[in-house]
Amino acid sequence: MKCPVTWLALAWLLALAGCATTGEERDPRDPFEGFNRGVYAFNETFDDYLAKPVATVYRKALHVEIRNRVSNFFGNIQDIFIGVNNVLQGKFEDGVNDWARFAFNTTWGLLGLHDIATDMGLEKHNEDFGQTFGRWGVPPGPYLILPFLGPSTVRDGTGTAVDWAVQPVGEVRPIELRNTLYGLYFVNTRSELLDATRILEEAALDKYLFTRDAYLQRRRSLIYDGQPPREKLESP
Amino acid sequence: MKKTTLLALSALLFSAHPAAAQEAPDVLVKTVTLEVVDLITKDKEIKAGSRAKLVQVIEAKVLPHFNFTAMTALAMGQSWNKATPEQKKQLTEEFKTLLVRTYASALAAYSEQKFDFRPLRARPGDTDVTVNVRVMQPGAQPVTLDYSMEKTGSGWKVYDVMVGGVSLVANYRTEFANTVRNSGVDGLIRDLQKKNSAMEKK
Repeated sequence: MKCPVTWLALAWLLALAGCATTGEERDPRDPFEGFNRGVYAFNETFDDYLAKPVATVYRKALHVEIRNRVSNFFGNIQDIFIGVNNVLQGKFEDGVNDWARFAFNTTWGLLGLHDIATDMGLEKHNEDFGQTFGRWGVPPGPYLILPFLGPSTVRDGTGTAVDWAVQPVGEVRPIELRNTLYGLYFVNTRSELLDATRILEEAALDKYLFTRDAYLQRRRSLIYDGQPPREKLESP
Repeated sequence: MKKTTLLALSALLFSAHPAAAQEAPDVLVKTVTLEVVDLITKDKEIKAGSRAKLVQVIEAKVLPHFNFTAMTALAMGQSWNKATPEQKKQLTEEFKTLLVRTYASALAAYSEQKFDFRPLRARPGDTDVTVNVRVMQPGAQPVTLDYSMEKTGSGWKVYDVMVGGVSLVANYRTEFANTVRNSGVDGLIRDLQKKNSAMEKK
C-alpha cells in the first residue's frame, strides 16, 4: 500500500539532489531554493485550482459552530501524540495534561467534538516529532517545500513522516470511512488557513521568502514552547 | 525662538494626550484592542467588507501607539544607515501603509475569537516590555500575540508584533536586504510603492 508513496518520495529526493546547484547569494538555510521555488509554484497551482476553492465552499456551506466541532474532533485525536511528544521531551506534567484532555474530551466531550478540557483549565499544547527532534538537539537542516504539504525542513519533514506513521486515523476501517476522514481533515485544515493565506498575500513582497522566514521563526518558537532565547534585533 | 516653539509644541502634544503618557503598556494594549474589535464587529460598513473604513479605524485608533520609524529601521537592519533622511521618510511611510493594512486584515480575521490578555511580567522601572495576548482557537493551541513596547516621552509605543512566535519586523529582513542588495534603497521604495498601490486596487 505505502509503496507508491515511498517511490514518489525517493524520486523527489533524487530530483532535489540533482538541483542542488551552486548559485549566487544563497541563503545558507535554503540551499535548494531553486528546486523549492519549483515545488512552491506547483503547490500554489494545486491550491488555486483545487484546495482553496474547495475550502472556500466548505467554509461557506458549514456554520462556524460545526467547523469548530470538526477542528475539535481532529485536535482531540492529536492530543494523544502531543502527550507522547511532551513525555519524549521530558515534560511529563504536560504529557499527563494532554492525555487527561484526551480522556475528558473523548468521553464527556462526546468523541472530542466538545473541548471541555480547556474550560476545565487543561491547556492545549502544540507538539510533534519534528519539535521533539529539535528539542533533542537535531538541527533543522535545509529548508524544504514538500509537495502538497508546504514548508518544512529535513528534520521537520522526517518528523511529519513519523507523525503520519503513528497517527491512529490510518487504522480506521472501512477504507471509505478512513478516506472520508482524511479528506475532511485536509479541507477543514485548509479552511482554517484561508484568512492567514489572504493576509500573507497582502503582507509579502516575495511570498516565497516571507513564508520561509515565517516558517523557520515559527518552528524555532514552537520548539522552545513560545519562549525561545531572545534574539534581540540590534538597532542599526 | 526655535526653542520656545518646540517647547510650546511639546506642551501642546502632552496636554492633548495626558492619559497616554501614564497608561501602563498592558492596559493600553487591552483598551485599544477591545475598542477596535468592538468597532469592527459593530460597524455596518466594515461588516459589509469596506476595507477603506477598516483602515480608517486602525489609523485613528492603533497607529498613534506604533513607532513606525523604529520598525522600519529594525526591518532594514544595516541598510538603514545607507538611506538618506528623505529615503528614510519615504521608506517609513510606505512600510507603515503596508503594516497598517496587514494589521487591519489580521484583526478583522480574529475579531470573532476570544482574546485572553495576560498580566504584564515586568519590573516597575522597565522601559522595554513585552505585552502578551492570546487568541483562542478551536482544536488548536491559542495563537500568541506579543507586542514589544518601548517607553517614550509620549507614552508606550509598539516597535514589533510577534504572531505565534513570528516577529513581523524580523520577517521582512531577508526581503528588504535582498532588494537593497539588488536594486538599492530606491529599488526597495519602488517595490513597496508598487505593492501598496496593487493592494489599494483590490
